[in-house]
Amino acid sequence: MRRRFVLVLGGTSDIGRAVAHAFAARGWGVQLAGRDLGLVKREADDVAARHRVPVSALRFDVLDFDGAAGFALSVDPLPDVVVSVVGLMGADDPADVAAVRAVVDTNFTGPAIVLAAFAERFRARGSGTLVGVSSVAGDRGRAKTMTYGAAKAGFTAFLSALRQRLQGTGVAVLTVKPGFVRTRMTEGMDLPALLVAQPRTIADAILRAVERGRPVTVTPAIWRPLMAVVRAIPEPLFRRMRF
Amino acid sequence: MMLSGWGRSPAIDCRVITPRTPDEVVAAVRATPCLIARGAGRAYGDAALNPDATLSTLRLDRVRSFDAESGLLDAEAGLRLADVIDLVLPHGWFPAVVPGTAEPTIGGMVAADVHGKNHHMDGAFGDHLDEIRLVAADGSVVRCAPGDRPDLFDATLGGMGLTGVVLSARMRLRRVETAFVDVATHRRSDLDGLLSALEGSSPARYSVAWIDTLARGTAFGRGVVFAGDHAPLDALPRSRRSRPLERPWRPRLGVPFDLPAAGLHRRVMAAFNAIYHAVPRPARRIVDVDRFFFPLDAVRGWNRLYGPKGFRQFQCVLPADDGGRGLTRILDLVSTSGTGFFLAVLKSLGAGRRPLSFPIAGHTLALDMPAGAATDTTYRRLCDITVEHGGRIYLAKDALADPVHVGAGYPGAAGFRAARRSDGSAGRFESAQSRRLQL
Repeated sequence: MRRRFVLVLGGTSDIGRAVAHAFAARGWGVQLAGRDLGLVKREADDVAARHRVPVSALRFDVLDFDGAAGFALSVDPLPDVVVSVVGLMGADDPADVAAVRAVVDTNFTGPAIVLAAFAERFRARGSGTLVGVSSVAGDRGRAKTMTYGAAKAGFTAFLSALRQRLQGTGVAVLTVKPGFVRTRMTEGMDLPALLVAQPRTIADAILRAVERGRPVTVTPAIWRPLMAVVRAIPEPLFRRMRF
Repeated sequence: MMLSGWGRSPAIDCRVITPRTPDEVVAAVRATPCLIARGAGRAYGDAALNPDATLSTLRLDRVRSFDAESGLLDAEAGLRLADVIDLVLPHGWFPAVVPGTAEPTIGGMVAADVHGKNHHMDGAFGDHLDEIRLVAADGSVVRCAPGDRPDLFDATLGGMGLTGVVLSARMRLRRVETAFVDVATHRRSDLDGLLSALEGSSPARYSVAWIDTLARGTAFGRGVVFAGDHAPLDALPRSRRSRPLERPWRPRLGVPFDLPAAGLHRRVMAAFNAIYHAVPRPARRIVDVDRFFFPLDAVRGWNRLYGPKGFRQFQCVLPADDGGRGLTRILDLVSTSGTGFFLAVLKSLGAGRRPLSFPIAGHTLALDMPAGAATDTTYRRLCDITVEHGGRIYLAKDALADPVHVGAGYPGAAGFRAARRSDGSAGRFESAQSRRLQL
């Protein structure tokens, strides 16, 4: 059986690493992409040494919108699965233009553009899976997650639209929405300990979603009922809440 | 964040830094006036606690390279021994030296220069390392090896993290044919018999004895010796020979709550007596590596069995030329004071030479006791007896010794201290233990 390949955009992040190891442990080849090639290579060596699968290190900057199409054309072999794990919590202040731009570009615009670029190649091939790691924070805008939540909301909607557009072409689009995860991005944040998941849990959920073709995954599962409640709170009440 | 050692006492509120790359470790060392590295937190006392800054190495856990032909593994300091074994054993390799648990990190094993059941034959962890890389006090990344900065290499092994933050180490593994150990069991009805059985087992690579510390009179020092070697392929039952490196699945129980020690004590006593009386003559069995080397790892969180106040582990080594006198006094004190846990572990150690590395040629005894005012007094008394007989305390287990015990027990301590002062490590790399022991 031909070996399958997964491309991880954001391969040096905690979740990105975990995804790489989860797939490699199942015999997938791994292509890791990130901004700092030295760091990417270090992760690649680790995956290759542990799992004895082909691993390559690629330079990729999600903020280089114009370069996305070229990047998608350059990846060889063309992977079976692309997982975008890129994300940025960023500063909270909506009046800080540079910060807002960074958060929106990193969480929404950049991933949307690069996934669309791979969608083109996948559609031409007639197969492939695109996975966008969004967040439950996008389910409803709230003050605590401000621009990050808003960008993720946009990303979730984009993935849904892309899924619909690619229906029937052989290309699957999967949305994965984690809750709180113990990563560098959330370090220092005061999160309720019982609700914080390990990157490994998210990675395993992504692997399962890919293997089963499940369009939308919320992980860990507890967040499904939690967010259903959050979404159901009537606005006159919600706007008074402080969580 | 409240942190403690495996004995859960003392617990100190520490600021934790979690770097994810070697560059981040360098930046952290440069930016932090006083810190200590911490791996899995398996030292029993306060060796990996610094309230100003405790640098967790757990995210620095990458494999840098693994040559499955030559058995050379180069990995970052935060990688756990259990993960090392998971990686290398399927390829027919096993670490040359392992301690009694697979939970410590590579950095932790370097810091303690851990020894196993095979020290008399194979030395300590550091004897199988080609190279250690660490971040020094000035933030530079330094490489040391037996032939390159050997003083730093020897000071770092057993140096309890006080020479710098270990980034990675390269180790030489041992070839094994199977994931199993061929074990012979001998029981002996008194201390002399036990000590000579321990010596007599030395053709075997691995040997360890369990002593009944409550036995008195003619049964004083009775116990059981386990002697083992890596099982060759033809020692396995036929059904296992096609997958000799596969390990049996082991359910891991958790201890999610604290338990008073009394229940454990009686149960283990009953189990030991059953083993002791069921072994009338040398018995031989094939046991998987997890059960032979890491029996307690099957009970996750077993340190909770002592309750929230925690416990102490006393471990000393007494020199061979002491002739068992110090050992007898220690066992005597333990059995009459009734403070210690019923079972103690006894091993033979060969010579060592690093300034703060624990092993010297002789016998090492390890014993648990619940934390508390009375037991703490007994603990200090045991340290006194150890030092009176020319022995020393294992810093990886210690939480209560004082500078006199270290000064008397470790002739290399003064030189270690002086080197730290001259290279800037002193003051920068400190732990609650280094302050207590004035290292």
